[in-house]
This record gives sequence, C-alpha cells and structure tokens, in this order.
Amino acid sequence: MKTRILIPSGVLGLGFDSEALQRGVEAKPDAICIDGGSTDSGPYYLGTGTSKYSELATRAEWRELMLARATAGVPLILGSCGTCGTASTVDWMYQMTLDIARELGQNLKIARLYSDQSASDLIDAEHNQKIGYLKPEIPLSTEILQSCTNIVALAGVEQITAALNAGADIVLAGRTTDTAVIAALPLARGAAPGAAWHGAKIGECGALCSTHPVSGVIQIDFDESGFTVTPLASGAECTSHSVIAHMLYENANPLELVEPGGTLDVKAASVEAVDSRTVRVTGSVWIPAEQYTVKLEGAALSGYQTSSLVLLRQKEYVEQAGKWCELLEAFLRKSIESKMNLRASDYDMEFRLIGANATLGALEFCDSNPIEVGVLMLITSDTQSRATDIARLCNPFLLHFPLTENEALPTFAFPYSPAESERGAVYEFVLNHTLLLADPMQSFDLRIEEIASGNVVNNS
Amino acid sequence: MATLSTTAKALRSKNAGPFWVTIDIFLPSDDVFKTVSKSLSTESVAAVLQLEADQVYRYDLAEIAVIKFSFPRHVVQGHRFDRDMHGAQYALLLSDIEC
Repeated sequence: MKTRILIPSGVLGLGFDSEALQRGVEAKPDAICIDGGSTDSGPYYLGTGTSKYSELATRAEWRELMLARATAGVPLILGSCGTCGTASTVDWMYQMTLDIARELGQNLKIARLYSDQSASDLIDAEHNQKIGYLKPEIPLSTEILQSCTNIVALAGVEQITAALNAGADIVLAGRTTDTAVIAALPLARGAAPGAAWHGAKIGECGALCSTHPVSGVIQIDFDESGFTVTPLASGAECTSHSVIAHMLYENANPLELVEPGGTLDVKAASVEAVDSRTVRVTGSVWIPAEQYTVKLEGAALSGYQTSSLVLLRQKEYVEQAGKWCELLEAFLRKSIESKMNLRASDYDMEFRLIGANATLGALEFCDSNPIEVGVLMLITSDTQSRATDIARLCNPFLLHFPLTENEALPTFAFPYSPAESERGAVYEFVLNHTLLLADPMQSFDLRIEEIASGNVVNNS
Repeated sequence: MATLSTTAKALRSKNAGPFWVTIDIFLPSDDVFKTVSKSLSTESVAAVLQLEADQVYRYDLAEIAVIKFSFPRHVVQGHRFDRDMHGAQYALLLSDIEC
C-alpha cells in the first residue's frame, strides 16, 4: 500500500509556502507530519522547558496546519513540541490547539505523548545497567541526574503509532526523533522499513533536501520497495545529488542512522531522478536492534550570567587588545578577591575579543588587523545578583584600564547604559546516554482526549 | 598550491547533536574528488582542529564528490564556554589546507 506524507517544513515556527501546502492537501496525503524541535539552539530551551520560536508565529502556522488537516481529513502529527519536547511545551501546544479548535469549531481527538523522564527512575535504571553510554562518553552520576531541570527521552515510531492507533486526529508529541513522526504511518501500513526511515531522514528538514530549501513543503510517497520525494513549491527541484547530500546534514555518520529499535543503513541505496524534480530511492536497509533503546537528553543549570561589552577603538589598544585583557583580568581577579572575598572558583570570568578571535578562540588561525575590537566580558556565578555585582566592580576598569602606568587615563566606549546585561540562567547539556526499555511505551505517557469546539468531552 | 577554500565548491560545518561537529567538503567534480581524496590527509585536518587523527572520523563519498569529517566538540554545544552555538564556523579552519 502506498502512503503519502505531506511535510510542511523542517520545523513548526519557521514558516512555509502556503500555496505549496495547498497543493499538497489537494494531492490527498495520508498524514501531515512536522517536527517542532531540536537541540541545535542550545540547552536553554530544554533547561527551561520553553520554545525558541515566537508564540504568535507558531500559532499562525499551527492554525493553517489545523485547517489543512480538516480539509485533508487525515492525522496531523507534530513531533518534539516547542523545541525541547518537555511536558510544558506539549501542554503549550495543547492549549494552543484547544484555542484554535474553539475558534474554528473543530471536533477532534487529540493525543498527547509525554517524553519526560524522572531523575529517580534513571538512577534506578543506572543501578540496573539499563543506561548506555554514547560516544564521546561523558560521566553519569546520581548528582548529575538530579541536577537536570528537565530530562527527555527521544520517542521512536512505536509511541507515535500508539497515538495513531488510538484514532488521534492530532498527535502532539514530546521529544521524538526527527524521523519518527514521518516514518510511523508508512511503517504501520507496510512500507519497506529501510525506505520508511530513509525517506523520513530525507524529509525531516522539509525542502532542505531540494534546490529551494526555504520553500518548506515536500511530499514523500512510501511503498513496499522504496520512496519517492517531490518538492511542492513552484520552481523547487529534488535532484539525486540534493537527496543524497541530505544524509550529510547534521549527521556525524552519513551512511548509518541509529534510531530507537534499530539502525538505518543507506550504503546500498540507489537514488534515481524520476523527472526534473522528483527522486526515487530504493535499496536502503533497516537493521533491527536486539534491544530497544531510546536516547536521553538532559539540561542542568550551570549558573547565572551577566555580560558587559566595551569597544576599543584607539589604535594602540586595538593592536594590544589581547595583552590589555590579560592585564585587566589579573587586576580584576585580585580586586574581586580583596573587595568581595571571592575566589576564582566562586565565579567564571571570560573575555572574548570580537574582531580578533571571539568565534574560534584558541583555534583561530588568522592574524587580523581590525579597526576596532569589542571586548565581551562574561561573568557566571551561582546567583544573578553576585554575577552582576562582580560585573559592576569590573565596570570602571573596563572603561578606563590603562596599558601603562605613565599615560593619561584612557576612556573606552560603552555602547549602552547600564553597561551590564543580565543574561539570566545558563544551562548545559549533561547527558549523552541511552535508556534500555522492556517495552517502547514503558517510559512514555500517552493521553487521548476528545474535544468538541475546544472543550474536552471525553478523556482516557 | 591550491587550498580547500579555493578548490571546494562549498565548505560547511554544523552540529551533529550537542556533542559532535561535522564538516562537509563539496568538491566540484569526480576528478577533483579523486585528487583531493588522495592528497588531503586526515592528519592535516586533525591538526587545524587541534585533535589527534584518531578522534576524527572520515567519509569519502565518491557518489556525490564529498569528503566528510566528524569529530567530538572541543566544548559541548551551548556550554557557557562554547563560542559557536551551531558549530558552523569550524569549517573555516580547513580553508588554508593545501590539497
């Protein structure tokens, strides 16, 4: 049986071509699938359980997709709700869905899949040898697990399929692999497993596998021997090169992709152009794993940060910006110790020289000759007030610190007042591990509700 | 002698999850791919990344004339000492490698 999946874009909130979406709906898809998440913008979103995308942009796009779903009469599946896929972002999308359903008068069965994991369950799992270590190996301990503000596991197709089997019109999934939301229905309807996972990987970023990446919308037809990918924006083309090249994208190994329950192997895949814009892929292989594991993601608070930016424009200071920072840092650390009674272990102080090596740091290989240098000072400590107080102590010296003793006091440029900006809590990713499950639903929670015009009428 | 920045059609890098960066070198033709595939050593790439050669995974993909290198991040993505959230500047480090 052929299964046609309509993919509006690589992520909800980024935008898509509405005309191309309409074309996709008219082509009678079997499901509309879109991803909502990524770790790519950093640990803050998982740390706080919030979305990186604008709420209003997300709402406008989601409304359009809910209308497209109603017209097509097929399931709408959103994976990794709200960037990080925590319960808070699943519920954020759920509330938005209720609001829009009320406005549109839609009656729906909504599935919410929660991917959150408790530290205590994972501590037990570690004691029972159910935690695996991915490369590069990083340590795991009870303290590290307890330090996480949020931990999620990446669901695979089994959890999405459970939601579809419950008859969901809309699936709002917590953290899932990017591919699982696309691969679930084709697999359930008998598509070749290698084709289902390979097609899902090619489609997970929408039209990024085509010559018009920003157009968003693509359609993939899955069957028993392969898949066919077609971009739907006018002028967009998929070529065998653009399709093969997408296996490279954000993927350390372009030949294999590890997923819950197995590994996709594309070494034997054959990619052929069907016409000038459509590509057919066959021969991809799915190798089932002996055990069912899911990948974990966790973010922990690493402190509170305050930044200050000062601009050096005088020639001799620009030329000696590195030396200036070294002398300034040594001076400031002494001052902080004597006036605030703080040791180096109580705070982090870092200087980044914008115009010299702010991007690459110690890896920078070019000598630059900039007109000016921006000195970005980052202070991180265990409270916001302490980080800001340290930055305030530094303030007059960022403004006036001289390179030599026998010169008139220099004054540099602060671009705004106050010179200190409180950046709030900063987080870090602390898990690179897997969790072994006896049953794919074991660590996931699925809730089904029927709503009529935005009100819950039945739940399970 | 030619360098990767002048020889490659595109030179890009990106995170591959929070713990890895991957660099893709797109070469303009099969012939150039064959030449660069032989002349470009993993050691020279590891050197500009300040890594050991065995920390760098290499894939020579003749079908699309791409050479790919993947390696663990020096600083985990988004850590307070990370300077490039998306890892997209690492590719620039390969610019001046002769090939």
